[in-house]
Amino acid sequence: MHLLEPRAQPSQLMRWTAPLIAIAATLLVGSLLFWALGKSPLESFHVFFVEPLTSGYGWSELLIKACPLILIAQGLAIGFKARIYNIGAEGQLIMGALFGGGIGIFYGDSGSAWVLPAMVVAGALGGALWGAIPALLKTRFNAEETLTTLMLTYIATFILSYLMHGAWRDPEGMNFPQSVMFADAALFGLLAEGFRINSSLWIVIFAVLAFWLFNARSFLAYRLEVGGQAPAAARYAGFPAKQTVWFSLVVSGMTAGLAGVGEIAGPVGQLNLNISPGYGFAAIIVAYLGRLHALGIVLAGTLMALIYLGGEAAQLSLQMPAAITGIFQGMLLFFLLGADAFIDNRLRRRAR
Amino acid sequence: MLDYLPLILAGTLAAATPLIFAGLGELVAERSGVINLGVEGMMLIGAIAGFAAAAETGHGAAIGLPAGALAGAAAAAVFGFFALSLAANQAACGLALTIFGIGLSAFIGQHYVSYSLPGLQPVVVPLLSDIPLLGPVLFKQDWVVYLSLAAFALVAWTLAKTRLGLLLKAVGEAPEAAHAIGYPVIAIRYGAVVFGGAMAGIAGAYLSTVYTPLWVQNMSAGRGWIAVALVVFATWKPTRLLLGAYLFGFVTILQFHAQGLGLQVPVQLLAALPYLATIVVLVLISRDRKLLQLNLPASLGKPFLP
Repeated sequence: MHLLEPRAQPSQLMRWTAPLIAIAATLLVGSLLFWALGKSPLESFHVFFVEPLTSGYGWSELLIKACPLILIAQGLAIGFKARIYNIGAEGQLIMGALFGGGIGIFYGDSGSAWVLPAMVVAGALGGALWGAIPALLKTRFNAEETLTTLMLTYIATFILSYLMHGAWRDPEGMNFPQSVMFADAALFGLLAEGFRINSSLWIVIFAVLAFWLFNARSFLAYRLEVGGQAPAAARYAGFPAKQTVWFSLVVSGMTAGLAGVGEIAGPVGQLNLNISPGYGFAAIIVAYLGRLHALGIVLAGTLMALIYLGGEAAQLSLQMPAAITGIFQGMLLFFLLGADAFIDNRLRRRAR
Repeated sequence: MLDYLPLILAGTLAAATPLIFAGLGELVAERSGVINLGVEGMMLIGAIAGFAAAAETGHGAAIGLPAGALAGAAAAAVFGFFALSLAANQAACGLALTIFGIGLSAFIGQHYVSYSLPGLQPVVVPLLSDIPLLGPVLFKQDWVVYLSLAAFALVAWTLAKTRLGLLLKAVGEAPEAAHAIGYPVIAIRYGAVVFGGAMAGIAGAYLSTVYTPLWVQNMSAGRGWIAVALVVFATWKPTRLLLGAYLFGFVTILQFHAQGLGLQVPVQLLAALPYLATIVVLVLISRDRKLLQLNLPASLGKPFLP
C-alpha cells in the first residue's frame, strides 16, 4: 500500500508535466468509458474535442466558456497559494450576477452608457461581499472557509430563486422563473457580427495581465505564498495572517462576481436559474491544472472550456447526457492530484 | 401546533437518518486522520446505485441499501488510492470525488428519471406505538431509522470500548508512533475511509429508495456537506453527532410544515435554513479554539508516508 517514498529534491520536471500526464490519463480512461458504452472512442473524441473547433463560431464559443473559467481561477489561485480554500466561487458568481443584474433589469431601459460599467462594478462588489462573509467568519470566529463558502453557495441559489419567482420575474414571461431580457445598454457589445464573443473579453485579458504582474512583482503576493508554504516563517516575519484571509477571499469573490456579470450581460442576456453550468467549481480544477500561474491558467481554462463544449456536442451527436462533463472534470482533478504526488515523491524502488 | 408535533417529530427522525449515516462514516474517517470532503459525491453515487438496484430487482430498500453501501465503498476506495497510497492533498481529492460523483450519478441516473419506487412501510411496534405523542414518533418508523440508531450504537461502542477503536484513534492522533510500534497506518486508514464511503452510500440510498423515493439529479442537495460540518459541530464525538443530526432534521422538516403552522415565510428562506444553520453552528463551535484543538484528531488532513 505504500507506493511512494520522498525525493531528495522536488522534481521541477514533474511540476510542469503533471498536468499533461493528468490530461493523457483522463483521455485514456475516458476512451475506456466511451468503449464500455458501445461508442467508438476515436469517433467520440472527434465529436468531443475536434468538431467543436472546426468552425469560427466554435472558437468564439470556446472563448465565451473560457473567459469565466479563467477569470474565476485567477482569483482562486491567489487564495490557493496562501492555502485559503474558497470552494464557493459558484455562489460568489451568482451574487455578482444578482448585483449586476438588478441594475440591468431596472436601469437597462434608460439607455445610458453608464449602465454596463455600473453593472460591472456592482457585480464585482456583490461577489466580493459574498467572499467577505466567510473571511469575517474565519478571522473573527475561526470557522473553516471550505464549509462556509460552500454553504453560502446554496444560500445564494435560494436568493436567486426567490427573486426569480417573485420581485424580479419578467411580468410577461409566462411565469417562467427568469427576468426580462436585458436592453442593449445592459449588454456587452459583440466583437464580431454573427458570433457571441463580446467585449467582456477585454476585462479577462486585463485581469490575466494584472494577476500575472501581481504574482511576479508584488511583495504582497510573496507574503501570501510564504504564508501558504511556511506558515511558521510567515508568522516569524510578521506577515499578518488575517490580511491574507481577507485579501484571498475578497479578491476571489470579486473575480467570480465579475464572471457572473460577464455571463448575464453576455451569452445569457438575462437573470435566470441557469446562469452558470458549474463554472465556479470547474475553476478550482482550472487553477490547479494551470499550476496557480496566471498564464498556465489561461491554457487550463481553455482546455476546460473545450471539455464543456465537447460535452454539449456529445449531447447533440452522441445522445450522451451533459453530465459526462462532470465525470471528465472529476477524473481530471483526481489524475492531476495523483500526478502531483510525484513532484515531491517517487515510486518506491524496493520493499523495506 | 400540538396536532402537528408528532408529525414534525416523526419527520425529524426520518430527515436526520441520512445525516446520521453519512456523519458517522465521516466521523470514523476523520478519527483515523483522514478528512474526506467527497461525502456529497459518495452519497450521490450510493443514491443512484441503490435506486438502480432497487428498481431493477424490485426488492426496494432491502437490496438498495446494500447496493448503495457497496458503491459508496468503491468510490471511497478510489479516494483512498489517491489520498492515502499517493498521499495527495485530501481536501482536493474529496472535492474531485464530489465533482465526479455528481457527474457519474447524473450520467447513470438519466435512465431512471421517470421511475418511482414504493418506499417502505413503517415498522409498528405493538403497544409502544400506542403511547400518546412519543409512540408514533419513536415506534412507527421504517426499519432504516432503527438501523441508523443501531449504527450509532455500534460506532460509539467501537470507538469507546474496543481495541479497534483505540487503534483507529491512535492512527489519527499519532500516526508516526503507531507506525513505529508496527501498526499498518495506511491499511487502517483505508478501512476507515471505505467504512465512511459505505455509510455515505447507505445515506444516499436511503434518500433515493425510502425518503423520496425517486431519483432526482443532485438529490442529496448539500446533505453530504452538512454531514461534514456536523462532525466538526460534534467535536468528533458520536453522541453529539446524533443530537446534531436531529437538530438538522428538525430544521429541514420545519419547511414542510411551515404553512400548516401559519408561518408566512418565503419557501426559499425555509429551504435555506439548514445551510444557514450549518454556518451558525460552525461559527458557534469554531470560536472556541481550545475546544476544537482539544478534540481535533491531531493528524487530520495530513498525508502519511512511512
